[in-house]
Amino acid sequence: MAEVIRLRVKRQDGPGAAPYWEEFDIKYRANLNVIAMLQDIQQNPVNAKGQKTTPVVWGCNCLEEICGECAMVINGTPRQACSALVDKLTKPITVEPLSKFTIIRDLYIDRAKLFNALKKVNAWIPIDGTYDLGQGPKQPPAKADWMYKLSQCMTCGCCAESCPNYSDKSDFIGPAAISQVRLFMNHPTGQLHRDELVDNIMGNGGIADCGKSQNCVRVCPKEIPLTTSLADMNREALKRWFSRGLRF
Amino acid sequence: MEPRYIVVGGGLAGLMATIKICEAGGSVDLFSLVAVKRSHSVCAQGGINGAVNTKGEGDSTWEHFDDSVYGGDFLANQTPVKEMCEAAPGIIFLMDRMGVPFSRTPEGLLDFRRFGGTKHHRTAFSGATTGQQLIYACDEQVRRWEVAGKVRKYEGWDVISAVLDKEGICRGIVAQNLVTMEIKVFRGDAVNLATGGPGMIYGRSTQSVICTGSIAGQVYQQGAYLGNPEMIQVHPTAIPGADKLRLMSESARGEGGRVWTYRDGKPWYFLEDMFPAYGNLVPRDIATRAIYQVCYDMKLGVDGQPVVYLDLTHIDAATLDRKLGGILEIYEKFIGDDPRKVPMKIFPAVHYSMGGLWVDFDAMTNIPGLFASGEADYQYHGANRLGANSLLSAIYGGMVSGPAMMQYAQGLKKSCADIPQSVFDAELKRQQNATEKLYNMRGNENPYLLHKELGEWMSEHCTIVRYNKNIQKLEEHIQVLMERYQKLGLPDTGRYANQSVIFARNLWNMLEYGRAIAVGALNRNESRGSHYKPEFPERDDENFLKTTKAKWTPNGPALEWEEVDVQYIKPRPRRYDVDKEASK
Repeated sequence: MAEVIRLRVKRQDGPGAAPYWEEFDIKYRANLNVIAMLQDIQQNPVNAKGQKTTPVVWGCNCLEEICGECAMVINGTPRQACSALVDKLTKPITVEPLSKFTIIRDLYIDRAKLFNALKKVNAWIPIDGTYDLGQGPKQPPAKADWMYKLSQCMTCGCCAESCPNYSDKSDFIGPAAISQVRLFMNHPTGQLHRDELVDNIMGNGGIADCGKSQNCVRVCPKEIPLTTSLADMNREALKRWFSRGLRF
Repeated sequence: MEPRYIVVGGGLAGLMATIKICEAGGSVDLFSLVAVKRSHSVCAQGGINGAVNTKGEGDSTWEHFDDSVYGGDFLANQTPVKEMCEAAPGIIFLMDRMGVPFSRTPEGLLDFRRFGGTKHHRTAFSGATTGQQLIYACDEQVRRWEVAGKVRKYEGWDVISAVLDKEGICRGIVAQNLVTMEIKVFRGDAVNLATGGPGMIYGRSTQSVICTGSIAGQVYQQGAYLGNPEMIQVHPTAIPGADKLRLMSESARGEGGRVWTYRDGKPWYFLEDMFPAYGNLVPRDIATRAIYQVCYDMKLGVDGQPVVYLDLTHIDAATLDRKLGGILEIYEKFIGDDPRKVPMKIFPAVHYSMGGLWVDFDAMTNIPGLFASGEADYQYHGANRLGANSLLSAIYGGMVSGPAMMQYAQGLKKSCADIPQSVFDAELKRQQNATEKLYNMRGNENPYLLHKELGEWMSEHCTIVRYNKNIQKLEEHIQVLMERYQKLGLPDTGRYANQSVIFARNLWNMLEYGRAIAVGALNRNESRGSHYKPEFPERDDENFLKTTKAKWTPNGPALEWEEVDVQYIKPRPRRYDVDKEASK
């Protein structure tokens, strides 16, 4: 079958450079995904006009939608390129970098902001050490199951990309980090530090900046109940606010 | 002056080594190609082994040890394997305390499932994304140390080489920034390569794209030995794909999945038939060879294709979702069929390297100051790794190598700060020149196409069934590829975020490492674990109960052989059609 698929790539040579579109024709084959199309361009960097060009620059790693590296905007929706199957996409296929982060080159972006947010909210269990301290706390199986769901966040940035309140102009840390706080404050050890954890999302850039657009939950590739997390943390913050007010 | 510690690689082994060093008061420069949270450890699915014995089966760390040594066909040194198995229950408890959402029993305790090569429920798990959950817990602890000022992360750096002083001691590394392309030298008293496996040498495998084995291949050229490079695990159940062969976890069989194909118009559960004692839970090398035999020798692949069924449809959907959700989603997303309703089509794929950098029992390579841990080393799995032992060996490897680095560095007479600047400048200059040479190559060979060809040759001639004449041809062809490499033309000559130049450099190291795999395989004239030669179908302890040590020379790998530590369990025939004999 000689069918070719048109791929439109929004390219950019560097952080300040002007973006431009370049189109490619990729030979169709079964199970083709966006990653395999970009790999084809590496092996034969020629655009649809037949001109030699450079391979498209992008980040990817696991190719099974669990590392979060290959997030980009495909046909207008932020998602992972590895699980974007050509058979299921309307053509031509358009790919763009996530726009809420610094663009390094082409589709390759700098998402340090997302990891900095995890630092800011202390997204970890404060263990005493890695010494042998015996078994961990017992946990209800049903609770472990929903915490597992929240714990699948791969910091890909799709939620932030879709969020109208997440931008260069705002300090909002985004849905992912807030959902992580919900995860940690519900762990038996995290529960010992509930107040501090909630405090971490009550200041500038915290939960109050959520505009409740509910976009995040619709684009999360892991189907994490982000809006439930946001609502929950909003309530926790309110409780904490009252509590702080009453106790001086 | 305080010693400087460099950890290369932010998967489980590297992160655990980092945590151990920080906890003991040291500070770490941590290098990774990607944000460490995105390391290949995320791809491990089924679980982590530890003989916690919560199911009344009389499991013990000795039994875990024996299963691992027997599963590895007696090629692993027994002392480190024994110590790893003894540490395993504590490691699982630690990870639980770190917040890993392990699946639970009704009583709220950790649940364990079965895995290949054992009769015990010994595998703790988080759904079917256990590797992801374990590395997230370690990533979080390392972030905590980062905030505390003890870890400096260099994410988005490709480590190019080790700096060796004139006595041959490792004193640091040279690395290149993937964005600015700046090449810099970093001093370190102890350097730990926790850089994962070399799956990319096979082109498509279950491994991530950063798993090139490049830095292992580089330090091999600088004098480090590779141990058992020929021991490459081919996982029986993967989903063939255009860009990757995606893993379908062994936990699918651990939870009752059955492998079959049609014979005479009726389903034939060939693993259950061939191996009544272990059935679908035979170790990976055994299952892989059986699938290969059914598809190629018996021509019984489904629809004449090289695929067989992995069937979960007899298990209720709610149980599947809870215990295997992550992998079912992968199959659904990438293939489009619902494995709760139709059997999955699978075929074996290159998955894991038991071999790797040779290290002593303190995780140090033969280059003083240069350590290795995780899949990058060769230490724990012999000729075949048991499922769910890799997450264990990665974490345990970090627990050994981190403290070992500190002990080594604290005993040094001269620190890296005392080494003349000229030593560092020389290696920096050497790497800058080599990179400059790459930039200026104007031939017509595309590095990505050359890599594709290497992968096809390696996959065809050095995987499940190995014939000497084919391995010979492969080794010769790798040399042809090395010649063609001299005529590379980079598709991108830009000086900013140029991925082609990084890839081209890694490709050379893949060629060197691939050649060591081929030569190691060629010279091991026996069948042991994952290494199977029809011309030599039996294990030959008299001649080959030995570790292959490959040393780089300009004329190709030179092999040496080292006795294996078998002080605890006497080698015995390895069979899975009948129950294993007791070892104690």
